Amino acid sequence: MGQLFAVEIVYRGIFQKTLAKNIGRALVLAAHREGKPGITFGRYGDSPERNGVPAKNFAIIATDDLTLEEGMAKYEPKQVDVTIAVDDTLCKGVESWAWYGLQPINRLLKPNGTLIVTSHQTPETLVAMAHRKEDPYQLAIVKGIASFSGLWVYKDDHTDVRILGTVAKVLPQLCNLASVEQVIRDEWHDELKVTSARKSHSQTAPVTVTSLQGNPEKPYEFTFPKWTEMREGIAIPCIPPGHAMEDPNNGKSGGYRPERNPTFKKFTTRTMRPVVNFDTCIKCTLCWLQCPDSCFDVTPDSLYDANMQACCGCGVCEAVCPVDKCVTMVNETQFSDNASQWEMWKKDKEGYHRWLDEKIANRPERSHGFRYRGQYEQELKDQAKTANQG
Amino acid sequence: MPQAQVEAKVEPQVPVAPVQPTLTAEGTSLITGSEAIAVACKLADVDVITAYPIRPYDTVMQYVAKLVSNGELDCEYIVAESEHSQFEVVKHASAVGARVFCGSSGVGWMYAFEALTVTPALRIPMVAMVGNRALDDPGAFGVEHNDALAVRDLGWQLVWVDNAQEALDTALIAYRVAEDRRIFLPCAISCDGAFLTHSQALVKIPSQAKVDAFLPRYNRGDLLLHPDNPITVAPQANEDWLMEIRRQNAAAMERSLTVIREAYADFERIFGRKYGLPFFEEYMTDDADVVLVGMGTMSNPVRVAIRKMREQGMKVGFVRMRWFRPFAAEELAATLGRFKAVGVIDRDFSFGSPYMGGVLATEVRTALYPAAKRPPVVGFICGLGGREVTVPDVNRMTRSVYLAAEGKAQPGTQWIGLRE
Repeated sequence: MGQLFAVEIVYRGIFQKTLAKNIGRALVLAAHREGKPGITFGRYGDSPERNGVPAKNFAIIATDDLTLEEGMAKYEPKQVDVTIAVDDTLCKGVESWAWYGLQPINRLLKPNGTLIVTSHQTPETLVAMAHRKEDPYQLAIVKGIASFSGLWVYKDDHTDVRILGTVAKVLPQLCNLASVEQVIRDEWHDELKVTSARKSHSQTAPVTVTSLQGNPEKPYEFTFPKWTEMREGIAIPCIPPGHAMEDPNNGKSGGYRPERNPTFKKFTTRTMRPVVNFDTCIKCTLCWLQCPDSCFDVTPDSLYDANMQACCGCGVCEAVCPVDKCVTMVNETQFSDNASQWEMWKKDKEGYHRWLDEKIANRPERSHGFRYRGQYEQELKDQAKTANQG
Repeated sequence: MPQAQVEAKVEPQVPVAPVQPTLTAEGTSLITGSEAIAVACKLADVDVITAYPIRPYDTVMQYVAKLVSNGELDCEYIVAESEHSQFEVVKHASAVGARVFCGSSGVGWMYAFEALTVTPALRIPMVAMVGNRALDDPGAFGVEHNDALAVRDLGWQLVWVDNAQEALDTALIAYRVAEDRRIFLPCAISCDGAFLTHSQALVKIPSQAKVDAFLPRYNRGDLLLHPDNPITVAPQANEDWLMEIRRQNAAAMERSLTVIREAYADFERIFGRKYGLPFFEEYMTDDADVVLVGMGTMSNPVRVAIRKMREQGMKVGFVRMRWFRPFAAEELAATLGRFKAVGVIDRDFSFGSPYMGGVLATEVRTALYPAAKRPPVVGFICGLGGREVTVPDVNRMTRSVYLAAEGKAQPGTQWIGLRE
């Protein structure tokens, strides 16, 4: 048996589907230049046509055909040499549309494998977001935003080739830089992209993550029932009605908190979350009404508290709120828990406002998507600068 | 002078036809197979019936409409805008606890196909009547069994009847079996177009009291879609769930063999009419050397031919399949193992199937394969599109089966009654 390599590209559908596909394709083509057969595919059940849904692409490469066949004789790789996260908020874990429970971003990494993340965050921030792993692994950051590169009208920002250059650095046995460069010339006919890949290759500086670093929480797991334990007729119990909330200050109950899906938490599905200024809220109910995921709990004092079990981070609440800076979307990397903002505010209003101001003042680029005219031009300029300087 | 009056004067005088006897308790009525099914709907007090016209099934919807308009049957009677909607409407009605009836024929049944696939998947105990009709093209009214057989792999229980009395009785049995909590799978009753749907025969109508004793109310239990039982039905579920869901339905179909036996035993006890082994009917098989196997109304000419052949000393019998799904393979294999050769008459086709045969022949061969005694099986395609199955046709098929019994190889499939 020869050597087998596996790379997974974790991305958000539909925005990054083409980006992930292009990375997988280029890796297989680059390895092929060195005589290694390979195959690349998307995780079919992920349904990556859905907005923002975490999804996976894989590239499997081997030193010979029989080894490749052994690597392919499963739905997806059980272990990978490299995990590529093209959206840093995915470091909190992956809850696909297709499976149950939370998969840590580093779950499939082999001991001392490399996690490549596109991010403007520091290694410390990203490591803290990822779950702890028993074996050490490497973290390599490709500086940049969560790219839409390759998706219809979105302009190419070289995220694809910069990642390819990084893979050639961390796993040269898979494909070396020369092969990557040649594939870029063949596929994209763009010498500037070759330069980007080369720069990224030289700038790559992985750091080691030890078993003592990372989020110590045990990721949510789900046990599948046997066929004899399932209700027949493809019928599943509905989520029961909700209940009143309790005021942490005086123990009085009131308001309404809907019961939520016990098996699907949205902790890792969002890229940003709303923070709420409860002191300027005019209780107009619009956020509560318009939220597509019914994520707002009605508090005993008739305020609206975004519950992080249900929030997908779509930003509708911010858009409909009539009060200036009452609801503000902040990038998910800025949060380390999913606690109730309203409870924090009730317990310590001054402390809450310090926290709120800090989140809003320091918020990084919030999320995917088009938000203002001229945005691409600005982002491309920034990306080019980042790609050049590292 | 109005035209009608002119014509009336020249028409020959004919005796006035006797008034149709009304459907009295424990009475006998002269009705078609379709009407017998409609009467069963009335006796079963069906809650929701949907309809969309296509021959020959439309006879059932006409009779049901008549029962409703006469005030004899109190049900929601909905004429849908297509077969697809027709079957969807009753599917949903059944999910909220209504006893439902539906039906179609030929390509109308095929137009409902998406609804037909989800009905067993959701464990909906719908009872449907398929007035068997050739699939288009060409647009032919006559009987072929391909319409009903198209759902054979999906979880539909499929039964064929050969007379109006059996149609009525089987409809009651179908409700009893389909709505049994152990089953909750739909059941389609196949009635050959024309021979059964459009021929009137004397049928005993059971009393309501006996029907009530035989057929309990439909109780959907924990699968009832109701605000007091909040459930979600049919969410998207991918590879992590599908095998378990399919296995549940397979288990229900396995249980169906037992539940069908129980229902026929109870039917005999309450109504006093005997059907013997439910799954297939044997005719003159006790001392038979060879047998023919078939489904539906072809039994009529086959029985006549067998009696004539027996007068000439040929020991021929007939096995008429009733239940095709579930397929009582072990029982059938044990029975057919008693004979020297078996001829299977398919009123259907399965182009490109093993030995280019019919569906029934393929299934009979499959059922026999693990059996200790495995007689040769000769396949025939006969009576397509409602073509008459003649006594000489049956004689010819029987001769071939005899040759197979003597060890002389016969073609895998023979087309009988074909102009050639």
